[in-house]
Amino acid sequence: MTMPLLSLQDLTKAYPGVVANDHVTFNIDEGEVHALLGENGAGKSTLVKMIYGLVKPDSGKMMLRGQPFMPQEPRAARADGIAMVFQHFSLFDALNVAENIALGMENPPAMSDLASRIRGVSETYGLPLDPYRTVGDLSAGERQRVEIIRCLLQDPKLLIMDEPTSVLTPQEVEILFETLKKLRSEGTSILYISHKLEEIRALCDNATILRLGKNVGECVPAETSAREMAEMMVGATLQTPQRAGRDFGEVALDVSGLTVPSPSDFGTALQNVHMTVRKGEILGIGGVAGNGQDELLGVLSGEILTTSDAIKFNGQAIGKLGPTARRKLGVLTAPEERLGHAAAPDMSLIENALLTGSVREKLENNGFLKWTETKGFAEKIIQAFDVRTPGPENAARSLSGGNLQKFVIGREVLQDPDVLVVNQPTWGVDAAAAAAIRQAILDLAAKGTAVICISQDLDELMEIADSFAALNEGRLSAPRPTTGLTVDEIGLMMGGAHGMEVAHV
Amino acid sequence: MDLGEINPVLLVASLMVAATPLLLAAIGELVVEKAGVLNLGVEGMMIVGAISGFAISVESGSPWLGFIAAAIGGALLSLLFVLLTQIALANQVASGLALTLFGLGFSALMGQSYVGVKPPDMSEIHIPVISDIPVIGPILFQHDPILYVGIALTAAVWATLKYTRVGLVLRAVGENHDAAHALGYKVIKIRILAIMFGGACAGLGGAYISLIRVPQWTEGMTAGVGWIALALVVFASWKPWRALLGAYLFGGITVLQLNLQAAGVAIPVEYLAMSPYIITILVLVILSADKSSAPASLGRTFHASH
Amino acid sequence: MIVLEKRPQPSRAWSFATPLVAVLATMVFGGVLFAVLGKNPVEAIGTIFWEPLFGEFAFYYRPQLLVKGAPLVLIAIGLSLGFRAGIWNIGAEGQYIMGAIFGAAAGLAFYPLEAWYIFPVMVFAGALGGWVWAMIPAILKVRFGTNEILVSLMLVYVAEQILASVSLGLLKNPEGFGFPGSRNLQSYPSAYNSELITGSGMHWGVVAAFVAVIFAYVLLNRHLLGFHIRLTGEAPRAARFAGVNPARLILFCLGTSGVLAGLAGMFEVSGPSGVVSIDFNVGYGFTAIIVAFLGRLHPLGIMLAGFLMALTYIGGEIAQSQLGLPAAAIQVFQGMLLFFLLAFDLLTNYRIRAARSEVA
Repeated sequence: MTMPLLSLQDLTKAYPGVVANDHVTFNIDEGEVHALLGENGAGKSTLVKMIYGLVKPDSGKMMLRGQPFMPQEPRAARADGIAMVFQHFSLFDALNVAENIALGMENPPAMSDLASRIRGVSETYGLPLDPYRTVGDLSAGERQRVEIIRCLLQDPKLLIMDEPTSVLTPQEVEILFETLKKLRSEGTSILYISHKLEEIRALCDNATILRLGKNVGECVPAETSAREMAEMMVGATLQTPQRAGRDFGEVALDVSGLTVPSPSDFGTALQNVHMTVRKGEILGIGGVAGNGQDELLGVLSGEILTTSDAIKFNGQAIGKLGPTARRKLGVLTAPEERLGHAAAPDMSLIENALLTGSVREKLENNGFLKWTETKGFAEKIIQAFDVRTPGPENAARSLSGGNLQKFVIGREVLQDPDVLVVNQPTWGVDAAAAAAIRQAILDLAAKGTAVICISQDLDELMEIADSFAALNEGRLSAPRPTTGLTVDEIGLMMGGAHGMEVAHV
Repeated sequence: MDLGEINPVLLVASLMVAATPLLLAAIGELVVEKAGVLNLGVEGMMIVGAISGFAISVESGSPWLGFIAAAIGGALLSLLFVLLTQIALANQVASGLALTLFGLGFSALMGQSYVGVKPPDMSEIHIPVISDIPVIGPILFQHDPILYVGIALTAAVWATLKYTRVGLVLRAVGENHDAAHALGYKVIKIRILAIMFGGACAGLGGAYISLIRVPQWTEGMTAGVGWIALALVVFASWKPWRALLGAYLFGGITVLQLNLQAAGVAIPVEYLAMSPYIITILVLVILSADKSSAPASLGRTFHASH
Repeated sequence: MIVLEKRPQPSRAWSFATPLVAVLATMVFGGVLFAVLGKNPVEAIGTIFWEPLFGEFAFYYRPQLLVKGAPLVLIAIGLSLGFRAGIWNIGAEGQYIMGAIFGAAAGLAFYPLEAWYIFPVMVFAGALGGWVWAMIPAILKVRFGTNEILVSLMLVYVAEQILASVSLGLLKNPEGFGFPGSRNLQSYPSAYNSELITGSGMHWGVVAAFVAVIFAYVLLNRHLLGFHIRLTGEAPRAARFAGVNPARLILFCLGTSGVLAGLAGMFEVSGPSGVVSIDFNVGYGFTAIIVAFLGRLHPLGIMLAGFLMALTYIGGEIAQSQLGLPAAAIQVFQGMLLFFLLAFDLLTNYRIRAARSEVA
């Protein structure tokens, strides 16, 4: 039997209140694509951070080609041939591609040499990239290429990829897979972290499944069904949300000819966006991150003002109304970023309930606050959405991602909206909470609310949306009914492969 | 009133002298801000530099030792800022204010026995032939060495930021400290070094005021130069050569208003004296529209949670 | 190895305890400082903190606490609103000066007329002066995004020059034998902010300070605007999402702090000081920053902090005359207080733990 490239033995790491990894053991062979599978919070990120030297294990050991391996810092891990592509890119927006890559190398060559090496690698692996472009101006797919090339230039023995496809269109995913297969054929091992089962089945040789920090099983993905893997991952039989067939009412929200610049430097401007949502309809808006999702939410919530006529609610022009006025009318929103946007991290849940609830729940009287009623509203949300917290006095940041997301969505749902816009409603949320949130959205639509669900999770959109449109560089494709849409069609609506005229390796 | 008494050659030469403390402080702060830290304690570090430099050069008789002491004094005071913002993770705005308030008091305390004392002279450089060229000679080649140190420092900071690895890492830390940390760079260590460099530069700038420009010690003698230096960094869009340009512009205004006062222009002294501050405000207004070149992590506290 | 660990939520106990710990640490290190200066540290600290309250001449010093504390509290309350929202007005000293100039000018304009409405007009003028001076950075920030820290600070220097100009010109006492400075408002009954109860130190400025504390308390705890101020400071993006108009908030916070600083200046010039002169301002505007933080930006905390700071001023003066302690030493002492406060504040949000040794 050949020696594994990397062997993990009984790795354990605890944080206060949670054991992130509990005696995790598995091997990665040379030239193997090994999947690390698990829900959010299962401990995948902590595990790879230990391999990459960002976190030190409390106990357990690692062996690299039979030698004890315990990197003190990422530099040491890189020196031993470990490279990592992060889920949230560790890139510097204001610097150019070459500078970004130089920062990830131990002994970078002079800039001009580096630029030509970048061109070389990008051609070999079919990942076109201009070394002198500013990273902040690149699309999410291109930014990922920067990370991958940064890793490839170090000639890695083990490439760690943390949720690499969450920012890619289906076409870009295919290209990525070609690149990864080429790397495997050259003998590079890949540790592939994901919770997307079909991808793992298509790409990986072996899979290790983590649940609540423990290694709960291994399998050969090609021989295991997605459902079996999912049940190992979640540890329970999955419930699919119930959706009742329903009729749509009149148009509730009508957006036409909406064009706004982005408020931030590296944001995306919205260009000539048209869409309508009827009462009881769920419009799913897909697209890769950074294509105008935040801006679209801002425009609908009233944080970004537009021309008056660009947005109409029940025929009334509301483009110039701020968030408070829109709430009064019944247009409610829930942004993607829970901490700092949808909720104030250091404030209590009571205060966070007040944040959007003051108008419709009548929690103020001439500006004077009714704390008792506000506390009641917070408790109502906690109860109705099964938010796990010792009580409403606790700070928002003390809640887990899934619980806070239930609170944030619940806060809007309970205010009985006529239009609800949500952005990434289940991002970073465990499966049970995600199912509850999706069910709540479906129930709301069944009662006649017009819902816009912006999400990068195509499976989610296919599950709950009645019609689908895609955002691509600030432009919105024409919405189409979800029934009968193929993955290829969706991919093309999302813009195909960005910046890749020649899409084959 | 006699405007004819204002000698343009002397005016330009003294403009460079007036600009140097600003330049030194601004270049230091520029490096600090490039690393993503906003240190509002420049005024405090300058005044402490002013008194440490003054005291040591009086005691030792050597202005050079004085300047070295000033740099060390400024850097030591900046360590308090390091302690607050990098170790205790306190708010940078409040900590910078604390540094200034503390520095003003501390310098007054240290300087009690130096009021009215005359510091040793730092002789001007005199290069035969070049320094004697009419007009150009007195303007460019008849200054004290520290003035040239200031210009050399500007060039060095510019080249380091633009062309070296150290500069690249510094910019990366200021741009996105989480990403820099993920790549394995020591964010806190780099920031501490940058803050100390800024402190040393501010100290030098302060000593330039007490040892060369004035030269004597009075309480609170920096009179807002540290704050103007902060404005200058914004004016310069975090670019070293623009900081030099800005410093000369402000130096020019200061010298001009002093000359106008001396020449007895019909504008009341107080209005001339407030002009540098008002012009600073105007410049800030004009340049505030463009913030795109500000380091993205500026003023944010970094704490590696995992 | 010691590591910091973020608390799931801020510790209430530490948020009350840090100001006390900071005061104690300042006493210890201040004592060291005084010892280095060749003074008996115990005696010096005792003089500063004991004499004004319980010493032989406490009957004289106690009212002084109100006189010195009131402007500090008044200014700090205004500053705290902005600080809470992440709006940094550090030019209160300038607004204080302008309030005094406007207030005194309004009063002197009526001289020698005696009428009941003169003092109210002066109060209004003082508030207006501070407000105008604070609206400059506010409007520039709203309109051009100019940094309010630098602008408000630059305006302190401008205000000082204006003060010099009016004390030598516009407001100079025509019967002052050429000495700089205005007429003494203390000898102009309609304009004199006299003690309300003789010997108590209680003047209109003290009343205003108490009113400001109550106003700020109600605003921050019971009113939507106060909630929006806190929200903006905690999470600016969430505040936008909640419907806060940032421009209006900036104008309100800076405007209010300007009004309060202006009032403080006006009550000072028409009462304890009496005269507009070049050295009228003594740094209350800057010390109030320390007071605001020491009081944890909380109205009641600020009230206590204001009187503590007043104590160090008065105690410092006593130590100066009795022990020959330099005035600057008190300034250092106050600066130290802010330092320790900011440093110990760490414990409110973080827990300090000894990390387990790393076993590979």
